[in-house]
Amino acid sequence: MIKFFLMVNKQGQTRLSRYYEHVEINKRTMLEAEIIKNCLSRSKDQCSFIEYKDFKLVYRQYAALFVVVGINETENEMAVYELIHNFVEVLDKYFSRVVSETLNLL
Amino acid sequence: AGGRSGRSLTPWPGQQEKLIQQELTSLKATVSAPTTTLRLMKECMVRLIYCEMLGYESSFGYIHAIKLAQQGNLLEKRVGYLAVSLFLHENHELLLLLVNTVVKDLQSTNLVEVCMALTVVSQIFPREMIPAVLPLIEDKLQHSKEIIRRKAVQALYKFYLIAPNQVQHIHDKFRKALCDRDAGVMAASLHIYLQMIKENSSGYKDLTGSFVTILKQVVGGKLPIDFNYHSVPAPWLQIQLLRILGLLGKDDPRTSELMYDVLDESLRRAEINHNITYAILFECVQTIYTIYPKSELLEKAAKCIGKFVLSPKINLKYLGLKALTYVIQQDPNLALQHQMTIIECLDHPDPIIKRETLELLYRITNGQNVIVIVQKMLDYLKESKEEYAIINLVGKIAELWFIQTMNAVFSVGGDVVHPDIPNNFLRLLAEGFDDRKEDDQLRMYAVQSYLALLEEEDALYPQKFLQVMSWVLGEYSSLVTDVDPEVILTKLHSLLKKTVITSETKMWIMAAVTKIASHASCSKIVDKLIQEFSNSLDTCMRQYAFELKHLCEDKALMRNLLPFDGSCNDMVVDASLSFLDGFVAEGLGRGAAPYKPHHQRQEEKLSQEKALNFEPYGLSFVSSVSSSGVTGRQSPTGLSFGSDTSGNSAETGHKETNTLKLEGVRRLWGKEGYLPKKENKVGKENEPQTVSCGSLLAGQMGDPPALRSDQVASLSEEDKEKQQLASTLFIGLGSNAGVSLMGKADTATQKFKRKSKINETQSSEEASDFQDTSLCSSDIVEDNLAFETPQSLKKSGPDDRLPDIRLSQSSLFADSNIEIFQPSRNAQSESASKTPLVPCLSEELEELTHSEVVELCQSDALALYLCKVWTDDSLLLIVFVSNKTTSALNAVNLVFEEAEHFQILESTTYQFPVIEAQNVERCQKRVWMDKICTQGILSGSVNYQSEMETRLEFSITLSLVDFIRPMEMTTEDFGKLWLSLSNDVKQNIKMSSSQDSLSATLSTLQQKLKLHIVDIIGNEGILACQLLPSVPCLLHCRTHSGMLALWFRSPCSALPDGLLYQCQKVMEES
Repeated sequence: MIKFFLMVNKQGQTRLSRYYEHVEINKRTMLEAEIIKNCLSRSKDQCSFIEYKDFKLVYRQYAALFVVVGINETENEMAVYELIHNFVEVLDKYFSRVVSETLNLL
Repeated sequence: AGGRSGRSLTPWPGQQEKLIQQELTSLKATVSAPTTTLRLMKECMVRLIYCEMLGYESSFGYIHAIKLAQQGNLLEKRVGYLAVSLFLHENHELLLLLVNTVVKDLQSTNLVEVCMALTVVSQIFPREMIPAVLPLIEDKLQHSKEIIRRKAVQALYKFYLIAPNQVQHIHDKFRKALCDRDAGVMAASLHIYLQMIKENSSGYKDLTGSFVTILKQVVGGKLPIDFNYHSVPAPWLQIQLLRILGLLGKDDPRTSELMYDVLDESLRRAEINHNITYAILFECVQTIYTIYPKSELLEKAAKCIGKFVLSPKINLKYLGLKALTYVIQQDPNLALQHQMTIIECLDHPDPIIKRETLELLYRITNGQNVIVIVQKMLDYLKESKEEYAIINLVGKIAELWFIQTMNAVFSVGGDVVHPDIPNNFLRLLAEGFDDRKEDDQLRMYAVQSYLALLEEEDALYPQKFLQVMSWVLGEYSSLVTDVDPEVILTKLHSLLKKTVITSETKMWIMAAVTKIASHASCSKIVDKLIQEFSNSLDTCMRQYAFELKHLCEDKALMRNLLPFDGSCNDMVVDASLSFLDGFVAEGLGRGAAPYKPHHQRQEEKLSQEKALNFEPYGLSFVSSVSSSGVTGRQSPTGLSFGSDTSGNSAETGHKETNTLKLEGVRRLWGKEGYLPKKENKVGKENEPQTVSCGSLLAGQMGDPPALRSDQVASLSEEDKEKQQLASTLFIGLGSNAGVSLMGKADTATQKFKRKSKINETQSSEEASDFQDTSLCSSDIVEDNLAFETPQSLKKSGPDDRLPDIRLSQSSLFADSNIEIFQPSRNAQSESASKTPLVPCLSEELEELTHSEVVELCQSDALALYLCKVWTDDSLLLIVFVSNKTTSALNAVNLVFEEAEHFQILESTTYQFPVIEAQNVERCQKRVWMDKICTQGILSGSVNYQSEMETRLEFSITLSLVDFIRPMEMTTEDFGKLWLSLSNDVKQNIKMSSSQDSLSATLSTLQQKLKLHIVDIIGNEGILACQLLPSVPCLLHCRTHSGMLALWFRSPCSALPDGLLYQCQKVMEES
């Protein structure tokens, strides 16, 4: 199950967030800060899945932007990894050039 | 909109807080102003959503979001609904205000409004209001528009999640949705089915056929092309279906039968090299290992896992480890196959990979490798900083170490262990540590391990151990939710009927049954048990049976009497027994002896030297109990029935010493793990039938492998260490008792045996032929016991390096039909006429196999050319530098950059002191491949002094094939080497019509990849090659029905993968 979907830039600013399970607002900020810290600490040759607390993070980097999905243990990591890309492709289809530019600007 | 306001709001982070607070203040004023139009309100909502996303609560706007959804036009309504679904949570009180709007919109004639209402319902809806909208949504299942039907299904899925019994009556309609002509509706219904089947798979077995058909259609590309993702048809849908099939086929041979075909097809179809197909493959593998096994599929799935694990891509490696962890319980041999990779992963720089590996090891822990594995876990702990990981791992270590060790102690120590030991053990388990969750985990682990031990039908355990088991099962079996209490009761019941069980142990077991019965509602086994033992000749058993019977009749009392986990609660006992005053007075009146006060009674007891006896059941029992030595211990139930409870029974257990007494048993554990000799001795002393600890814990057990120095001499120091680690980690796994040093040999033997059997079924003549010469010959299988190593090959050659075959110039490509580029004089002179400066090789190099001379780069002054020369011990790169100018160039420097995959022998630079005008100079570098890759780039630059410093960059593409050389050996040597290699990769490749014969195919491989054909027998062939400087790789090929089955083995894990890729490429090209 997907718990949340985040887009965070390298400066740690949330650019998009969607929670599918209720999390209090102040906890969200803390969680997001932790998550981006985790993602930034990973190098390119490390795997894109992080075990974080009792759930898993699947992340993908597009330019300066990280897309991070929080999932529970029932999910297939690789399927989610590709879901992220599918999402970005859909954005690109709908908003074409805007997306790549915006992603860079953000 | 978020992006737009985002930029205007956050010029730089430091000011964000202030700006947003300002914005919120003005928004607050705007939304509550009566003059605010709905259009402006919409804009405000978007801004509020953005503020909340940044972490600033804006609860003042919530009510306005609801109003906007109620009153706005389409677009405003949309934003209103969106804001509501983002702001509120399931139990928010404001949510009730939304219900009316939803009801109204569901009845709207505008499809968009219906859609919006359904969307919001599928995201968030108050549980208690479901009945208000349910009939409306049910109607929508018949709607003519597929998008409405799909959203209705999604809304019902939401309802199923939050209130399953409210939608029970519409199960038939779900079936209709599953068969909907629109694939989107069908896909949505799968979510509901996955959930329902998870909870109760037996209720949906009849749908298996439908799911299989759907998957077949999806895999076969029957869905609209819109569902494709990178030309893979509906991958996420496939994954969902595979999961459902897994749940349905679990432990059910008949249902599983239905899905074998489609699973096979899924595996086959998913051969495109893309992440998403790997995701599908992973799911496939998991399903194959979940359902009732079919060996053919398992083999394919195992191969798939191998591909994952050996992949250089880190994400795939992770998936591979995860899959291995999952399947390892069913098939520990797989761990053996990949042991070297696992060990490499254990030292992987990525902590996530490391952790996943530990998880895997945790699953294969047995009595023999527990020390090494726990050590590895501790090492990881020392490095780890993340709190959650630490908690998790510490729990696991405690489980593994504590319970497993104690199991060993009990089963080996048998009935001679000091009675303190089991008591202390139980007390530790009962009192637990500080963390409730961890305690429960430990207890659950204990329960599970005992259940597994009791699973073995005719195993016999020491009485003390059985007592411990029954106490733990009685107290904690209810923690394990996935085991039916009936199952446990059945096990205990069958124990009770065994004659070897002493009556003391029977008491413990009965007590456990009583406790379990108190949690379970009603049980046939308990009834049967009561009936059986109510007539028992054993008074105590009869007593217990009666008590149980009465307790069962009064469940409330029973629960009161036997609270869950009550063993540590202090019991409050009315020591004065005031409630008996009347009874006593009556007794005294009838002339009974006066009651002795408490202290007086205790003194007497102490003087009797006999400790307290809490078992109240008359003489026969006392004698039987005292003879077996349970005097003064806690009664098995933790509390006593009967008249003598006025004593402090709960406390006696606590008077024991606090430490575990392990003398006498400690030496059973040595540095290498469990020492098996002792166990046999103890076993004999007690009961000849007692199950040895080895088989208790590991299932199988062999003597710890002795390291043979000559076996490992040829391995590098590091490899040796790894091998050693492997032998300690993977000991006790696998079907054969003995685990050889290389671990792999056993499995190999099996495979070969299986194979030669197949061959025997062929015509006898052919078979005998084959047996004589092939690598699978039975002699070798038997020889395997002696275990030959790569070193044995050295006998044939003088050189000391591993693949001793020194290839002479002429022998290097001895099979003559190798493509060798011999630049014709003509061609050369022709090109020479165009550019006078084209270089050529010196005569001695010309004789070697070499590539064409190609241009690397050019500038006005310089031109660089390259020629690859494949010598037998390295790849020789000849770089020609030609000076195109009319003056001499001084100090021309050639520098190669450090490359990850390649190693340049000697130095990476070369300096030409001077290159005369219109002249060509050359330098040569010997290169090896350091890290295996299919193709890599070696880059470098040339700089020289002119008026200004000039630099010219170039790059050279090197392929794995450049570093592959044939390796000559005899068939026999091949067989021996084959058995000693641990990394293997298998793959089937389709053969095109032009390569119909095996020999033609093999000679293609020989030409293109420089493999040496060792032997061809019938439809099988063996080839050998080596990666420079000396890593061998063996290949076994077999043709059958147009397919070429390739099977590589090598001591290096990445090499087979790389070669396989090259083979595929060659086959595709030819």
